[in-house]
Amino acid sequence: MLGLHIPRESPLHALAPGAKMLALTLAAVGLIWVADPRILGILQAAALGLFALARLPPGEVAAQLRPVLLLGLFFFAVHALLVGWESGLVTVLRFTILISLAVLITLTTRVSDMVEALERGLRPLRRVGVNPAKVGLMISLAIRFVPLLIDLVREIQAAQRSRGLERSVTAVAVPLIVKTLRMASVLTDAIEARGYDPD
Amino acid sequence: MLTTRDMVHIALFAAIMAALGLMPPIPVGFIPVPITAQSMGVMLAGSILGARRGGLAILLFLALVAVGLPLLSGGRGGLGVFFGPTAGFLLSWPVGAFAVGWLTERFRARLTFARLLAACAAGGIFVVYAIGIVGVSLIAGLPLFQAAAGSMVFIPGDLVKAVVAAFVAHTVNRSYPVIRG
Repeated sequence: MLGLHIPRESPLHALAPGAKMLALTLAAVGLIWVADPRILGILQAAALGLFALARLPPGEVAAQLRPVLLLGLFFFAVHALLVGWESGLVTVLRFTILISLAVLITLTTRVSDMVEALERGLRPLRRVGVNPAKVGLMISLAIRFVPLLIDLVREIQAAQRSRGLERSVTAVAVPLIVKTLRMASVLTDAIEARGYDPD
Repeated sequence: MLTTRDMVHIALFAAIMAALGLMPPIPVGFIPVPITAQSMGVMLAGSILGARRGGLAILLFLALVAVGLPLLSGGRGGLGVFFGPTAGFLLSWPVGAFAVGWLTERFRARLTFARLLAACAAGGIFVVYAIGIVGVSLIAGLPLFQAAAGSMVFIPGDLVKAVVAAFVAHTVNRSYPVIRG
């Protein structure tokens, strides 16, 4: 599972994931106070400039940003019709700037580093009963099992195709879930047999 | 307290959500938001695993998306999806799964198809739209009524998904019940 990360040598790739997340949070809070579309336009251009600073291939960046821009255009049109085009511009720029920054973080940060940052971020929640070690195990189990279940779906689809049922959602979902629940039972026994104890 | 069994169920159901993303999304004309099988996964998580495990499975799935895995239908993923005007719908998923599971647990003495359908529709449609519509209204700055009216395009598709999810949950709960165990 490689994720969406694109490896490059750049200052943005070198930055710690926690620092990038903090910057995104500050941007989200800060943008609430900016209501001038000209300033927001400059900030959006600056956010796009960061993609060049991160030395990301323009083609891949465009592929990531196309849905964002489409969504922005659609909501601008709706907002302009219902409320007014100037406030529409402000609202839509606010979220397209934030999405651009968030996409930038995803493209410049390895999945494993993000997982580590997430586990570190959860540590203060230990007092309310969240066990970061358990969260870590569930994340790695899920990541490990995604490709396996995708193969399982393909296998079931192939089997149902011979019965002419490959288009039926139930004919795929029922065996997928029952097989997975059986797998869960075996996996639980295997983990417990190894004396796993996160507490 | 999560037992090892709970943790494995949560992790594997999060992976099932990703596998459901393989079912090709259906585009809805001019609106850049597709109909996907993953919102059916929200109903299935609650109606098969129950409130707590179902809600956490969907939360874990969203965490996998957030750390940068392209697991949302159509290969979307990353932090960006949590900042768009429809982010409320994504964030409503764990709550919706919890609500479906809560109702399913109330019904567990006699888990008929009709009761499962009611649970899937109430949690997977009503709760999800209530939160999602408020999200669209807040993030896109649209009046609540218009945000709600715009979201109605997706209701017919979700009703079909509730029927399918209830049928699947009914079949699975008869052959391999988890909530009782």
